[in-house]
Amino acid sequence: MSGFEPKIVVFACNWCSYAGIDLAGTSRIEYPPNVSVVRVMCSSRVTPEMVLKALQRGADGVLITGCHPGDCHYITGNYNTLRRYYLLKRILNELGLGERVHLEWISASEGERFAKVAHEFVERIRKLGPLRIEEV
Amino acid sequence: MVDEVRIGVYICHCGKNIGGVISPKRVAEHVSRFPNVVVASDYLYMCSSPGQALIEEDIRKHNLNRVIVAACSPRMHEPTFQAAVARGGLNPYLLEMVNIREHATWVHEHEPEEAERKVIGLIRAAVERARHLYPLEVAKFPVVKSVLVIGGGIAGIRASLDLAKAGFKVYLVERKQSIGGRMAQLDKTFPTLDCSQCILTPMMVDVANHPNIELIAYSEVEEIDGRPGDFKVKIKMKPRYVDWDKCTGCGTCVEKCPWRVPSEFDEGLGYRKAIYFEFPQAIPRRPVIDPEHCLYLTKGICRVCERFCPVGAIMFEDKPRYVEVNVGAIIVATGYDLYDMTKLHEYGYGRYRNVITGMQLERLSSAGGPTGGRITTIEYERGRFKPGKTPKTVALILCAGSRDERHVRYCCRIGCMAALKHAYYIAHALPDSKIIICYTDIRAFGKGFEEFYQRIRSLPNVYFIRGRPMEIIENKDGSLTFDVYDSNINRMIRVTADLVVLETALVPPKGFEELRQKLKISCDPGGFGLELHPKLKPVETTVDGIYLAGFIQGPKDIPDTVAHAGAAAAAAASFLAKGYVESTPYLATVDEDICSGCALCVSVCPYDAISIVVKDGKRVAQVDSVKCKGCGACAGTCPSGAMQQHYFTDRQIMAEVAALAEGVVA
Repeated sequence: MSGFEPKIVVFACNWCSYAGIDLAGTSRIEYPPNVSVVRVMCSSRVTPEMVLKALQRGADGVLITGCHPGDCHYITGNYNTLRRYYLLKRILNELGLGERVHLEWISASEGERFAKVAHEFVERIRKLGPLRIEEV
Repeated sequence: MVDEVRIGVYICHCGKNIGGVISPKRVAEHVSRFPNVVVASDYLYMCSSPGQALIEEDIRKHNLNRVIVAACSPRMHEPTFQAAVARGGLNPYLLEMVNIREHATWVHEHEPEEAERKVIGLIRAAVERARHLYPLEVAKFPVVKSVLVIGGGIAGIRASLDLAKAGFKVYLVERKQSIGGRMAQLDKTFPTLDCSQCILTPMMVDVANHPNIELIAYSEVEEIDGRPGDFKVKIKMKPRYVDWDKCTGCGTCVEKCPWRVPSEFDEGLGYRKAIYFEFPQAIPRRPVIDPEHCLYLTKGICRVCERFCPVGAIMFEDKPRYVEVNVGAIIVATGYDLYDMTKLHEYGYGRYRNVITGMQLERLSSAGGPTGGRITTIEYERGRFKPGKTPKTVALILCAGSRDERHVRYCCRIGCMAALKHAYYIAHALPDSKIIICYTDIRAFGKGFEEFYQRIRSLPNVYFIRGRPMEIIENKDGSLTFDVYDSNINRMIRVTADLVVLETALVPPKGFEELRQKLKISCDPGGFGLELHPKLKPVETTVDGIYLAGFIQGPKDIPDTVAHAGAAAAAAASFLAKGYVESTPYLATVDEDICSGCALCVSVCPYDAISIVVKDGKRVAQVDSVKCKGCGACAGTCPSGAMQQHYFTDRQIMAEVAALAEGVVA
């Protein structure tokens, strides 16, 4: 598709995913530049409102990242994230937006994997086309 | 926010790391037009003294009350710039860092225009967010001046001794009956050919005798609670069936026990008793009964040990016991395991009796081993090992499981040198034998390694083949035949050997994954503990006060392990000696006017830090700032927005998210 470059907002926990995304940088593993990262201490800090806000204000997709199950720096935070994600996903599916929000576990050593995930997610959103929520 | 927000934005070139991809000057010009931005400058190295001084001066000159530094990851230099902001007279939490290196110029090098656009977008989001920042305070907590060391191999021993000598109380937990670890199993060490036990056992004795070290052998870490500087660790002491306080270590029980069990220490080649010491120089010299093999504990007969024990120390009714220790820091020194060689089906380990591991060869070569130090082929008589004949040809296969995408991708870092040492053992003990080394590359990188390599290479009966063997076939007489393609001479070579030694891949030990999750530290793709920085913080982890020592951080030989363990001890000592830890300022906080006391936050808090209290007849949440560790799960759950997290409030994150979603509009 020519012309359309989706805007992606990523939420990343400080301990695993943000460190993993940093590692992609240190290792110079490239991914599309339309992916911007918001740092939080734990993925469980991310509220559904934040995800909806991103979509409402112009993001075409939202990627939530956190530590792998069992690896959460705060013991159980990522399990909260998972539960909340599935609830949010049900609502988003009703609105036809389910495909635009994705949860992925990225560890501090998975820089390469983050780049791959970012590529794939951008591709997926590119296929879906722009969101243009204000026009809906 | 009554006062006018006055923001200074500083864009770092980081030499060419940022400045080589985008134009920081152009970015500075662009962002200077953003609302509330009073000053925007670029500088070659913001983290340098003049760079930091620029911020300090500007805070005073322009009366700034927010500072944004767009440079490397906050995980790198946030503390540097917080300190600079504090020196300029501002609260350090009025700083906002924008990661334009790891998250932009390093990953979008080939799309410089897009990278610059992204950088401007990230800074715009930071400006929006910075408007909502407010000053924060950190609390200080005292540290408990003691250390837990997990694992009693050479790394744990060295770290324990260093810390004990510095005056700290050390609890050394060892899973096995004795400390000593892998090094105790080795015959000699490369490249100097020191006798491994001779250099190790004096240190083991020092551990036993040091008044500051409490050795907790035959025990495992069960639970870890608390916080850096004040960990509470529950340790499970496995049932020993011997009262170690009464026991004198005379060894009569071991001598009299009628039941023989394959010895783990001898890698299954030798035998130990059902009541046993790990090895003769075991420390502590107190035996344990193996409940899976003891005749009395399995079949209810025997009790010979009890009969002969002169002090009545045998206690068959022993149960696991639990002790809790309170420590300020933890050192993880759990070492390694051998990769399971039966997974390399083509080499027939476990099926062919004369295919053994390098560690088994160490035991065969050891004077204290099952053959008394004679290197022989492997025979079994009625299922029991017995020394076979003297091998005429021995093949050593390097990288068995290592550097192999089907098994272990990384290099074990000691296999090459171990193989050269093994060639020496065989050449020295059996001068008439022929030794064939099948290698991938010989990595002789350490001090004295190349010299040792040349020495072995010059031996007349040692042959080097550059290639990985194909399938091994067992011949009727127990010898083994395989083909290997030598890529140095481009020729297929058929090898027949009486003994094949696999220089095995090395992996994190069994149980490390569970321990790692209890400690809340990260791991690398190989499953080893992840250091905080690959170059500059090789012993630190993502958890303050928890350090890695030795092989568990990644493959290491003995000198590197000892150096690493010393570094871990030094890092732990400086953490403890400071006397206090600072709490995170990113704590949860409640707006009691909005809070309805629904207690959803209570249910998600992993630390029991939130309780519901009644204030003026109204139920409200209350945060215990000592227990809170600042994850923000409560704030993420609160339906009304009453619960917030400092530095990560809804308002701050929402402002950032909205700006990023909008992209660069100006």
